[in-house]
Amino acid sequence: MITMSSQLKILVADRQIVRPGDILAVMEQKIQRPSYNPEKHVYICEDKIMSAVLGLASINDNDISVIPLEGRYFPRVGDTVIGLVVGVGITNWLLDIRAPYKAVLNAGEVIENFSPITTNLRDYIDVGDYIVAKIAVFDRTRDLLLTVKGKGLGKITEGIVIEIEPSRVPRVIGKKGSMLNLLTSRTGCNILVAQNGVVWIRCKDERSSEVVVKAIRLIESRAHMRGLTEHVRMFLDKELA
Amino acid sequence: MIEKPVLIRDDGLRHDGRRPDELRPIKMQVGILKNADGSAYVEYGKTKVVAAVYGPREVHPRHLALPDRALIRCRYHMAPFSTSDRKSPAPSRREIELSKVIREALEAVIFSELFPRTSIDIFIEVLQADGGTRTTGLTAASLALADAGIPMRDLIAGVAVGKVDGVLVLDIDELEDEYGEADMPIGYAASIDEIMLLQLNGVLTLEEFRRAIELAKEGARKIYDQMKKTLHDKYLKIIEK
Repeated sequence: MITMSSQLKILVADRQIVRPGDILAVMEQKIQRPSYNPEKHVYICEDKIMSAVLGLASINDNDISVIPLEGRYFPRVGDTVIGLVVGVGITNWLLDIRAPYKAVLNAGEVIENFSPITTNLRDYIDVGDYIVAKIAVFDRTRDLLLTVKGKGLGKITEGIVIEIEPSRVPRVIGKKGSMLNLLTSRTGCNILVAQNGVVWIRCKDERSSEVVVKAIRLIESRAHMRGLTEHVRMFLDKELA
Repeated sequence: MIEKPVLIRDDGLRHDGRRPDELRPIKMQVGILKNADGSAYVEYGKTKVVAAVYGPREVHPRHLALPDRALIRCRYHMAPFSTSDRKSPAPSRREIELSKVIREALEAVIFSELFPRTSIDIFIEVLQADGGTRTTGLTAASLALADAGIPMRDLIAGVAVGKVDGVLVLDIDELEDEYGEADMPIGYAASIDEIMLLQLNGVLTLEEFRRAIELAKEGARKIYDQMKKTLHDKYLKIIEK
């Protein structure tokens, strides 16, 4: 158990670049066994809180965590992801969601009263299609299961899909969605940023979708910069003027 | 038989002009390969090594996957052109052993239980060998892992201590290894103060061994600081751009 209730002596600044092994803070009491906190990307050894990844320190009140700057996508139940169909089975589709595991979408999710004798799955979804889905089951022992039951989920039929570094997703969305709001309100585009680093952009015209892609690439390359939202605002004003 | 060269000169310096406790000039770079998830290039004097990390990704062949943690695979390899006589590109007994010891050193710091049924593949390629290739390789692999965003307890810095003409010297090169009395490579995680790799070829007295460990730790700390700086500078450069 990691308790952050005791007073911390924080040794790093907010948004400072930290590396594996960097000591972030010192606690008042020592804990018996070293423990790792996968959500915060920190681990505790005796009385020291250390970073486990290369990332940015994030200080919230009396709590410290690290936002990773590198790394692949690792799935969690409830995440919205965009997957590329890579295989069609008899009763399911196989999707690549850029995770270390294959993702399965069962035919019953898509087709009512599904029977493998009467229906050909390729008529509904074929290899090469992009699907917006939610992770329904993932217990680390079996391949993960997807669901498309829910608002905004399903096959992508319009717009463009781009891939970004999964570690940049929190920055593209921004604090409480501020960055995403900025992008949508300025360009009038519909943007969905999936947790696995795939972005679906729907715009009225080609010009604005170009600008959105450029802006996202800008955010991706400067993810660790302070005042990034301001920077992007200026970029959008210049591009759209 | 070639006559043994003078390894410790009359002025107390080594054959290349270094003090006994002096490292070779060290260069480091991260993120040099586009296709790898993480990569690093490290030079210890004339020893030049590239490391690439892939993963966590699906395990191929599937039956090798571990149900509770990631499979860590490591390949240490010397390029045929890395030595003065052509080295056969087939993995030698020595390379298989070094792959194993480097893998075991890294397994001790990676949080592999976070990624069950996946693999993390580490490739270490020696471009030019001039002594200390396993320690250079370990440093490079550790940097590449951090660059790949893989959670680790700490970075590992590799460095060798040798005994030549009765004197303990830091970071021995090819010549000192060949004509010296002992060669002791270590891998040291400075922040958590743990030795992750320790080998000894030759003879040291207990007292010499203790001093050698101290000398190696001191050298490794300098390399460790440079590793952290290298990771930090990668992002600093982007800000300046």
